[in-house]
Amino acid sequence: MTTATLTSGLMAVRPEADATPVKETDMAATSAATPALVSTPDNSVSFGEHFSNFIRAVLPPLIGFALVIGLWALVAMKSADFPSPAKTLDAAVVLFSDPFYQNGPNDQGIGWNILSSLKRVAIGFGFAALVGIPMGFIIGRFAFMNSMLEPIISILRPVSPLAWLPIGLMVFKAADPASTWTIFICSIWPMILNTAQGVQRVPQDYLNVARVLNLSEFRIITKILFPSVLPYMLTGIRLSIGTAWLVIVAAEMLTGGVGIGFWVWDEWNNLKVEHILIAIFVIGIVGLLLEYLLLLIARRFSYGTN
Amino acid sequence: MNAIVKVENVGMAFETKKGSFVALKDVNLQIRTGEVVSLIGHSGCGKSTLLNLIAGLTLPTSGVMLCNGREIAGPGPERAVVFQNHSLLPWLNCFENVYLAVERVFSAKEGKEALRARTHAALEMVHMGHAAQKLPHEISGGMKQRIGIARAFAMEPKILLMDEPFGALDALTRAALQDELIGVMAKTGATVVMVTHDVDEAVLLSDRVVMMTNGPAATIGEILDVKLAKPRDRLQLAHDPHFAECRAAILEFLYQKQMKKAA
Ligand SMILES: Nc1ncnc2c1ncn2[C@@H]1O[C@H](COP(=O)(O)OP(=O)(O)OP(=O)(O)O)[C@@H](O)[C@H]1O
Ligand SMILES: [Mg+2]
Repeated sequence: MTTATLTSGLMAVRPEADATPVKETDMAATSAATPALVSTPDNSVSFGEHFSNFIRAVLPPLIGFALVIGLWALVAMKSADFPSPAKTLDAAVVLFSDPFYQNGPNDQGIGWNILSSLKRVAIGFGFAALVGIPMGFIIGRFAFMNSMLEPIISILRPVSPLAWLPIGLMVFKAADPASTWTIFICSIWPMILNTAQGVQRVPQDYLNVARVLNLSEFRIITKILFPSVLPYMLTGIRLSIGTAWLVIVAAEMLTGGVGIGFWVWDEWNNLKVEHILIAIFVIGIVGLLLEYLLLLIARRFSYGTN
Repeated sequence: MNAIVKVENVGMAFETKKGSFVALKDVNLQIRTGEVVSLIGHSGCGKSTLLNLIAGLTLPTSGVMLCNGREIAGPGPERAVVFQNHSLLPWLNCFENVYLAVERVFSAKEGKEALRARTHAALEMVHMGHAAQKLPHEISGGMKQRIGIARAFAMEPKILLMDEPFGALDALTRAALQDELIGVMAKTGATVVMVTHDVDEAVLLSDRVVMMTNGPAATIGEILDVKLAKPRDRLQLAHDPHFAECRAAILEFLYQKQMKKAA
């Protein structure tokens, strides 16, 4: 199914999802080393091991960052428009010393801009979950609904959510709900498809248990379907929040108002390129945090089945 | 004769991509109340298929299946199943897994306290009271199988169906669980139908051993009466001449009359 390829494709691009088990085995290795520490009085070996593990984990990323900053400094030296890393850092210090100032609706601190973007994402996303998850259950449970809705979803899913922005503006007659609407549109597809896939993949064994116990439909949903679909749902949610965070920047550039996307555009009009660079970092870090948060939640609900 | 299950001229054909596959043909079997019956036969002969038919998880393509004089139209709590792979729900702890079954069967007549007491009693019966709050992935394979058995017994079924309940376990754990099962069966007087690969297990646990011919179109080859007094003790049986006879009869059936052609 399309969702499967979508998921694996994204997994390949985002190695941190695969990197987590490695961390766990590292932890297992160190805890296994602890008894050895008791039996051998010489613990300098294990200290050295810890140290080299630490170096191995931290050094490559540091080198990566250093290379990027070096390249950036080089480009900044050759170009008049491009701010140097030092200048950008200075600007960042100024920006983050007062992230929550307010000088009227069009001049607010970067903190406010991030928060209002996050609020839009949260609202659009919440509505998408409210509609998409039950719809996924219905599509997954009833083959008729699946064949009825699948072609429609297949056509609509590849469309950029920004194409829906004018419809939002027309319906809501305001910029703010229109950008929330694009978030709704882009989040809903992964939620529907992943939930539906989860429902279709409930292990036959569990359904047999339900049949032998002759459970009521309510018990089947709460005790069997919902818990076994939950990991799929969380994958859908994680994919959605990733795209939602991508889309909100673009949507806000088009609609204006307060928000990190609008802020980027505004700073471009003010020709403050260093602020744009800062915004790029901030957007990346916020996106990473969102993803990490959902990964934590997903791990909480994985029941150690694999 | 008080047969609780009657299997009359039952056939089972599966629709496959290469056409219809006849797994069972002309199976006739009567299971009496309170007896323990083993199904034994080579891999792929249709033991699970027959057990699933009695469970009502699948319906036969020909013939009649009766339970208590009524046609089996689907699964029901009076026919509890212990699945080969335990099939505990991984998101419920051991207590909740058993409670789910108890609640379904008894909640119409009993209050919450009584249901909880039943659940605890079932866990104690398989000596798993200490693990009530543990999740399935936190306990060993043998323990999971015990919880599966507790879940089935807690429903107080008329018939207990077990598909290779100890198939995935090592020999020692297997022996311990067999002994435990002997105790539980003696206490409850349950009617049991059980699939096994293990000749000793079949003789040790059953009143009758049903030997199946090789598939396709498998059927019942011979039925052996095990006339050993109960409760049985595995150490004493080792020297019992009738035990040896039963073993020999099954081995002869499996390895001479139904010799699998070396693949
Ligand atoms: N759903 C199905 N569709 C098609 N063929 C099936 C199906 N279920 C079972 N069979 C076939 O029916 C035959 C009997 O299968 P069954 O699972 O009952 O064997 P078994 O005796 O339980 O084997 P084992 O001891 O290995 O568990 C096999 O040849 C199997 O391939
Ligand atoms: Mg089988």
